[in-house]
Amino acid sequence: MASLKDQICVVGIGETPFRRPKEPDGTNLTIQLQAIEAAIADAGLKNKDIDCILPIEGLAHAEEIAVNLGIDDLRFQATVRIAAAAPGSHIMTAGMAIHAGICNYAVIPVGWYGYSGNIRVRKVMKDNPLVFSGGPTARDYYYPHGINVPPQWFSFMARYHMEKYGTTREQLGAVAVAFRKHAQLNPHALMHDKPLTMEDYLSGRMISDPYNLYDCSLECDGAGALVVTTVERALDLKQKPIYLMGFGQGQPYPADDLSNRADILEMGVTHAAPRAFEMAGITHKDIDFAQIYDAFSFQVIEQIEEMGFCKRGEGGPFVEGGRIELGGELPVNTHGGLMSEGHVMGMNHIIEAVRQLRGDAGDHQVKDAEIGMSTGFGDFMDGSVVILRR
Amino acid sequence: MSEETSEEYGKPLPLMEGTAGEFYEHCKNHELRFQRCTGCGTWRHVPRNMCAQCGSWEWEWAKSSGRGELLTWTVVTFPMQPSFAEEVPYAVTIIELEEGPRIVSRIVDVEPQDLRMGMPVEVIFDAVTPEVTLPRFKHSGK
Ligand SMILES: [Zn+2]
Repeated sequence: MASLKDQICVVGIGETPFRRPKEPDGTNLTIQLQAIEAAIADAGLKNKDIDCILPIEGLAHAEEIAVNLGIDDLRFQATVRIAAAAPGSHIMTAGMAIHAGICNYAVIPVGWYGYSGNIRVRKVMKDNPLVFSGGPTARDYYYPHGINVPPQWFSFMARYHMEKYGTTREQLGAVAVAFRKHAQLNPHALMHDKPLTMEDYLSGRMISDPYNLYDCSLECDGAGALVVTTVERALDLKQKPIYLMGFGQGQPYPADDLSNRADILEMGVTHAAPRAFEMAGITHKDIDFAQIYDAFSFQVIEQIEEMGFCKRGEGGPFVEGGRIELGGELPVNTHGGLMSEGHVMGMNHIIEAVRQLRGDAGDHQVKDAEIGMSTGFGDFMDGSVVILRR
Repeated sequence: MSEETSEEYGKPLPLMEGTAGEFYEHCKNHELRFQRCTGCGTWRHVPRNMCAQCGSWEWEWAKSSGRGELLTWTVVTFPMQPSFAEEVPYAVTIIELEEGPRIVSRIVDVEPQDLRMGMPVEVIFDAVTPEVTLPRFKHSGK
C-alpha cells in the first residue's frame, strides 16, 4: 500500500483558554465544541463540511458533537482506546480514513474540565478504575498497597533510572525549569508570569519521591481541536497546510501492567517513534523541535531516550545546559507543555507544533522551523508520535 | 497486622473474584502462588488466560519461594488517596521474585531512605481484613 507520507494536512487548529477556576462554567462537551468551532473557523470551513469526528474516549461522543454542529451526514467516527495518546492516534486514524476516501474533513477534539469539573485524575482513578486499560490490574494488585495515581506509578521508572544511571533531581528539574521558561513567552500558558528557578524547583513539596509538585503536569480546564484533510483540499483553504510526514502508534508489553515489562523503561513511543521516523524518511537531526508528552518530568527524559535522541542512560545529561530550551539543539515543549501551559492531554502539543510550523508562535517561535514532532502517552504508557512539516 | 472489618479498614481492596480472588485466597493461607504454564513451565503474574510463551490455556497455581529482590520504588509523601493519609511517608515497591514474576507491594521493615535496588527480600502476609490478606515483604537476613 502506498505510504501516507505527505498525503494528509492539518488545516485548522482551535483552543479555548486554559484555566483553573473553582467551579466549571460548562461541560466536557461544551468546552470541546468551543475548540471545534475555533478550529473549523481557523480552517475557513463551515460546520457542515466536517464529515468525520474522532473524540477522545470518555469526554464526549461523536453523535452529540455532530448534532450540535448540524452535521447531518457523518461518514465516519472512531475513538482509539489509548487515553491521552489519542490526539496522535486520531490524526493517524483520520489520515487513513481520509486517504481511503471514506470521509473528507475530520475534526479531532480533546478537552475537559480537568480541574474544576470533578473529574480530577485522583478521583476518577479511585471511583472508576475500569476507565483505563490497566484498571483491573491496578485495582487488584496496585491500589491495595497505596499506589493509586499516575505520579506514583510513573515515579517507579524515574527512581529506577536514577538508581541505575545516576540521573539526578537537578536533571528532572532542568526539564521543569525549561518548560517554565517557555511558558513565560506564552500568554496562553497557566504559568505565564510565574517563573521557576532551580532553587524553587528543589524546594517543591514532595508528592511521590522523586516527583515533587513541579515534576507534575497541571490539571486544568481547557480544550483543543484539529481539522485534517487531504493535501488537495488543504491547498484551497485559508491556512498554510501543515503536512503529516510520519506517524506511529505503539504500546509497551504488557500494556496493562507496568511492573512486569521485561524492560521497565519500555514505552509506547519506544515502538512508535522508529515507525514514525521511517515513514517520514528523516533522522533525529532533521527535527527542529519536539513537543513531548510531559505528564511528569522524567517521562520527558525517558521518551528522549526511547525515541533515540540519545542513548539509554544519557537522557539526564541531555536535558541539561539549555539543550531542550528555545535556542538549544532540541527545543522541547516550546509552549510550556502540560507542566507549564496546561494538561489538555497533549492536544496542545500538536497545536503548538502546527503553530510553530506556520511561523505563528510569536515570542516562543523556533526560528525557521521546518520539521517538528509531537508525542503522546496514555494509560500505562501507550504511545503515539506524529512528525509534521511545513 | 490488624484484622479490621473491611468497612473500618477503608482502603482499596482487590475484587475477590476470578483469578484475583484465587490469588488472594492463597495469600490468606500464607502461600504466595503465581500462575505457571503446565505446557512450557513459564511463570506469570498478573493472572492471564493464556501462556504468552507457548499459547497454552493450561496452568496451575505454583508456589513461589517468596524470595526476591527490590527492583524499584516510590515514596508516597502526599496522600492523593485520603485513606492512606495516616501512613505517609511510605514506600511502594516493585519486587522481582526469583521465579521471574514481579509484584507491586511494600517492604515493611526498611525505612524509605534505606531502600536499595537489588535488596534481598522475602514474603510475609498481612491480613488487613478478615477476608483479604496482602502479600508484603521484609528484608531477608535482617
Ligand atoms: Zn507456556
